[in-house]
Amino acid sequence: MKPVLVKGSEAIALGALEAGCRCYFGYPITPQNEIPELMARELPKRGGVFLQAESELAAVNMLLGAVSTGVRAMTSSSSPGISLMAETFSYLAALELPAVIVNVSRGGPGLGGIEASQGDYFQATRGAGHGDYHFLVLSPASIQEAYELTAKAFELSEKYRQPALILTDALLGQMKEPLIPRRLRVREYPKDWALDGARGRPARVLKSLFLGPGELRARNELLKKKYRAMRREARAEVLYAEGAELAVCAFGSLSRIVKEAVEMARKKGYPVAFVRPVTLFPFPEKPFRELALRGVRFLVVELNCGQMVEDVRLSVCGRTEVESLALPPSDLPAPEDIYRRIRRCLRRR
Amino acid sequence: MSPKKIKPPLTFPRSLTERPFHYCPGCHHGIAHRLLAEVIDELGIRERAYGVASIGCACFLYYYYDVDICEAPHGRACAAATGAKRARPELAVFTYQGDGDFAAIGLTESLHAAARGERITAIMINNTVYGMTGGQLSPTTLPGQRTTTTPEGRDPRVYGYPLKVAEILAQFPGVAFCARVAVNTPKRVLEAREALRRAFLAQLEDRGFGYVEFLSACPVNWKLDPVSAARKVDELTETFPLGVFRDLT
Ligand code: SF4
Repeated sequence: MKPVLVKGSEAIALGALEAGCRCYFGYPITPQNEIPELMARELPKRGGVFLQAESELAAVNMLLGAVSTGVRAMTSSSSPGISLMAETFSYLAALELPAVIVNVSRGGPGLGGIEASQGDYFQATRGAGHGDYHFLVLSPASIQEAYELTAKAFELSEKYRQPALILTDALLGQMKEPLIPRRLRVREYPKDWALDGARGRPARVLKSLFLGPGELRARNELLKKKYRAMRREARAEVLYAEGAELAVCAFGSLSRIVKEAVEMARKKGYPVAFVRPVTLFPFPEKPFRELALRGVRFLVVELNCGQMVEDVRLSVCGRTEVESLALPPSDLPAPEDIYRRIRRCLRRR
Repeated sequence: MSPKKIKPPLTFPRSLTERPFHYCPGCHHGIAHRLLAEVIDELGIRERAYGVASIGCACFLYYYYDVDICEAPHGRACAAATGAKRARPELAVFTYQGDGDFAAIGLTESLHAAARGERITAIMINNTVYGMTGGQLSPTTLPGQRTTTTPEGRDPRVYGYPLKVAEILAQFPGVAFCARVAVNTPKRVLEAREALRRAFLAQLEDRGFGYVEFLSACPVNWKLDPVSAARKVDELTETFPLGVFRDLT
């Protein structure tokens, strides 16, 4: 299959189309406008629906309405827009709707900036809205992966009746790389909850208000069980674990710079591994735990003030040392900057 | 209509469940519910109806209707309805909202759905207060009206004037039917039923947005007995005149 040269944002839109996404609702915001623009061109041709909403709040509620009828649908935005959607995220989780949301994140807080940032890690993995809930969170590191993970998000969101979020950033969203738009197998799951008209079946209800004694607790226990079951979807890329003394950990587009630094260090003979969480929720605790049990230390590199490092610390549970290299936006580090830090970490021993 | 088609007056609507309403004595939600169920039956759309419940006294819509119902976050009913209708145009989609939900927290979503001419039917129960939360000021509270958050009455210098939603929507080309009704007299009940029917025809005939505003009694928060509250609705019509403001059906 011939590769096509596309931006990360376009790869996400193409992945959604490949997964059979029928409806897109969104509101313009930089740096992700390539997603709605591609959808506006492509969806109507395929008999689907593209609708620009009056706000992100309206867009995410249109998404709620569309997926409640059992069709595949999505929205996308960038950090401030995602904050606006947060209210409804809580409802999507409560109603257990398989909605797909993309955050091509930018720097914050507030208006922040439009460059690459990973400041939305907490927002994505802790649930931005009220109440006890989680989204399934996937984070691609390449344009090919952006295409494939987006399609996967549709599948997993149906498998678990669960909203799924793609967390990427301006860097991956805006850069171009060859993409092989290969056919993907996206499994479908029965939708015996969808509101598509009570024809020949009892009427259905999607609600999140539970006032009866014990009802809300039972409801939360059920969700908790589901989030636990989702753990089997945890994925990470682990390289050079053999004989490593230090593992450098990063996610998303930054992980590519980090990987280059790790390879630089290995060429000089430093025993360094590379760990990249692909799912941010569920967090892939296993490789971290295993490395920690072997005494491997961690260096967590992030484009924020240090967020994922907390999940790494929870995963290793005090068994090893975890250092944070927190790089708030807006300057990207060079591989050499990270390499120097790796060297310092190992020499200090 | 041929006489054969006239149904016996008091059959129980198919689209209504038999669960007793939880509404306060003298509340007009119950009448509006019954009319809506009758219209769904009459138009034969029960099996493709999709209702959006909102936040407020009527959030338990799903207890009373034997049709598919989705609960939307506060104010977002018209946006959720838009998504459902766009995803499956064959559905007959309606929202059932109060004045706080439709005209305060959700005004943006409501106006834009109407401006786009969404093929949905929106029902706003206007009782001039936030009913469920205990009778606070709403965007339709009358000047001088006492509420729990305007204990001295709504002062227009502080809170301005009531929003006349039906009159606003009547100016939108995307709106195919728009009316304000009341249910405090038998004649008005019949008119309200016809308005609801047309508000559904607006979407079923693919003409545009359908809107019906019910002036509705809230005896508990108006601190009146049911009969006086029903009479009080007449006073409301001075600020909120009844009538059909736009009809393309
Ligand atoms: S509070 Fe008012 S609107 Fe709500 S059920 Fe009671 S009378 Fe009806």
